[in-house]
Order: sequence, then structure tokens, then C-alpha cells
Amino acid sequence: MKYIQDIGSYFLMLKKVFGSFTKTSVLKHLIFKEINDLIISSLGIVSFISFFVGGVVAIQTALNMDNPIIPDTLIGFATRQSVILEFAPTFISIIMAGKVGSFITSSIGSMRVTEQIDALEVMGVNSLNYLVFPKIVALMFYPFLIVIAMFLGILGGWVAGVYGGFSSSSDFIAGVQQDFIPYQLFYAFFKTFVFAFILATVPSWQGFYMKGGSLEVGKASTNSFVWTSVLIIASNFIITQLLLSS
Amino acid sequence: MIKIEDVHKSFGDEEILKGISTEFDKGKTNLIIGRSGSGKSVLLKCLIGLFKPEQGRIYYENEAIQDMDDDKQRKLREEIGMLFQGGALFDSMNIEENVMFPLRMFTKQKKSDMVARVNEVLKRVNLENVNKKFPAEISGGMQKRVSIARAIVNQPKYLFCDEPNSGLDPKTATLIDNLIQEITHEYDITTIVVTHDMNSVMEIGQKVVLLKNGKLVWQGDNEEIFKTDNEDVTSFVYSSNLFKKIREVQLKEG
Repeated sequence: MKYIQDIGSYFLMLKKVFGSFTKTSVLKHLIFKEINDLIISSLGIVSFISFFVGGVVAIQTALNMDNPIIPDTLIGFATRQSVILEFAPTFISIIMAGKVGSFITSSIGSMRVTEQIDALEVMGVNSLNYLVFPKIVALMFYPFLIVIAMFLGILGGWVAGVYGGFSSSSDFIAGVQQDFIPYQLFYAFFKTFVFAFILATVPSWQGFYMKGGSLEVGKASTNSFVWTSVLIIASNFIITQLLLSS
Repeated sequence: MIKIEDVHKSFGDEEILKGISTEFDKGKTNLIIGRSGSGKSVLLKCLIGLFKPEQGRIYYENEAIQDMDDDKQRKLREEIGMLFQGGALFDSMNIEENVMFPLRMFTKQKKSDMVARVNEVLKRVNLENVNKKFPAEISGGMQKRVSIARAIVNQPKYLFCDEPNSGLDPKTATLIDNLIQEITHEYDITTIVVTHDMNSVMEIGQKVVLLKNGKLVWQGDNEEIFKTDNEDVTSFVYSSNLFKKIREVQLKEG
């Protein structure tokens, strides 16, 4: 019963987010601030993880290729497929659920605890539009982060493959270019947009409707990470079924 | 003027407000007092529209808040200034941005005009040279004064204060009380203060409403409250040792 109430409250929240709009000049300022807090500040960790995971994928593929019939181009091919289809869009999103999701929940939750949200409401500000809408817009730039993750993942694979002595540079690049299907990029970016929306709204809901004090802010952040991850994984499954299996 | 008629509010099975009716006059500091759990903060939140009463009506200048559509309620809220118990200043903004917030949201003034107005109200609450500091960098008393400055910057018609003295030393508390009263007279606004501080009652209680278990049990002013024989009033007023002693002296002197 509680889950049904929560789902209802989440959709009611979305309705209010797109209700009465905050003044454009104020929103513009907030959107830039959110882009900095949510996207730009995540560049470092996303780049680091992407580069090294791409490298690990290449090494794992190379080490598991025992059969001499399998061409060396497979290392580049497998790295590209793993990084573009799953690692960059899905697993970076799980990492972002931890980094950005808990930041959103704790910042909104702290505002709830210290009556800052009440202050907005009393002033006649649509607090959901003021707090959540800029985050949704900022996270629509999330695909740029994923492009960087894709590029660095493949670059990490190339560095590990070539400098680790598992593949020649030309084999790796040939593998990256082999059987490239542009539709798979559409699939990857489509789900990236869906994950971005989940990343902006689920943690906001957790923070906005939390009750209690600072201990509950911590609990809400944990719940936020769990539910955002669950929804990303579930929607990944559904989108993959809908867009890739024919 | 704010009038409330037969306001009821419950949370689950528990009825917090049990039919409260009274009027709060313009140009006066109106105090809602009572013990913890008597329903005074809930009444305040009903007045400012954060809670919706199940029954009863709240009138702002003869227009019931229940009859207003969302836009009209939002317009009304632009005329409300609120001082929260903890200040409720926005952590991510400096003092200047905090005070300027209502102006940025609801006016089309130039930045230079807004800054001038911010400096004016900060000066009014005896705060200067703090514009670029953040809320965490100033004391609790200063935060309360910044909160008052934010509440009055857009020249509201109504000022609500929730426990303005909580967590403050007696001297700062008196300073905040006096500031609230001066601003009420200066701007000729309707001010409602929720408190359980008897010093505030003595200092600024031009109208005092006493709540007990969700019911209004007495109303009058800060002179009448010390003269009445109403049992609910005497048990509240003389519950502290200081006031008990004063009462004993008063009774001895006849």
C-alpha cells in the first residue's frame, strides 16, 4: 500500500514541478548552478572510472581469448560494445546515483529540515519548480558526460590493449570500427535521457518528502541511492527489450 | 486584519485545533501563547497556508483564504513576511542574496535598486557590513535579524514570527522583540508572533491569545494577563519560578 502511495506522490510531484514557473531570470541562474554542481563537478570521477574500466574490459577480453582463430580485432570490438552499450550509459548512471543522487537528496532534505522549503512556500514560490526543475534541465546535459565516458572508456581500452601488449593499435582501431551500427548509439543515448530524468527526480522526491531530522536526511540519501539504482536497472531492462530485441 | 472562525485541524485521529475563533488587528503585535503541544505552531501554519484546516475559515481583510484560487493565494503570500524559528535562511546564498530573494522573485527592480533596498533593511535591523557573509558565518541572533530583514524587504502587509526568541540570550531576545514591535508600527502591518516566552508577552503583547489543548482559553492584552484570575492564564503565566516569586510579592503587597 505504501509503495502505491509513494508512486502516486512521485507523479503528483512531477505535476507540481511543471506547474507555476519561477521567474525566468532566476531559473536561468539556478540552471547554470545545477549544471556546475551536477555535471561539471562529476567530470573528474566519471573520466577516471571510464578510462580504467575501459582498460580492464580490454585486458579481460584479451586474457580470455585462448582460441587463435579469434581475431585480435575482437579486443577493440568488445571494448566498444561493452562501453557504448552498457558501461557508459548504465554503470556510470549507477555511480551518478551515488554521487549526484545522494547530493540532491541531502541538499533538498536539509532544506526541508531547516524550514527553508517552508520559507519558499510562504513567500509564494512553487518550491518544487524552484528546486527540481533546474535539476531536470541540468541533467538533460548528462549525455555530454556519457559521450566523454564512452570516449575515455575506449581510449582506456586502447591504452591497455596496445601498451599492455595484447593488441596492435591498428587491430584495436579496426575492431572499434568493425560492424558499427549507429542505431546502437541511439539506444544508448535514449536510455541515457531516461536515466537522467530518474537521476533528477527520484532523489528530489526522496529529499522533498522526507520527515524528521538530520538522521533521516542520511537515511533518505541511502534510500535515494537504492531506489534510483533499482529504477535505472529496471528501466534499462525494459528499454533494452523494447529497442534491441526484435 | 486577519480573522479566523471555528478553525479545526487534525493529524490522523488526533485533533490539534478544536474550533478556534479570534481576530488579529492591523498595526498591533498579536501574540499566540501556550504550552508546547497546545497547537500554536499548527495554528500559525494554518494561517500562512502551509496546513489546510478541515473546518473553519481564515479571512485576510474580509476575504477567506479558502475562497482564493491558487494564483490569488500566491499573490497573498507575496504580501506575507515570515520569521521562522531557526531563521530558515538559504545556506547556499550570502546575506545580501538571502535578503534580496523576495525582490528578485517578485519585483522587476534593477540590481542597484535591490542592493540599495537590502542595505536599507539591513541597516534597519542594525546589521551592516555582513552582506557577503554566509548564514553559517554569523551568530543566531544575527541570523534572526537577517530573517526579519528578508521578511520586511518587500514591504509585507502581514508579518508572522514563529518563536522568534528561541535559542537567544535574554538581551538579544528583548532586542528582537523590540525590533518586531517597532517594525509593526513603522510599516503599520498585522503581526502575529507565536511564543511561550513571558518576557515577550510583557514587552510586546498588544493582543495576547492563550491556547490550551487546541482551544482558545483566554484573550486580552499584556496588562490584563497579569490581572486576570482565569485559572488557565495564571497556571501558564506563573509556571516559572521567577514569575511565581513576583506573584507572591504582588499578593503580599496586596
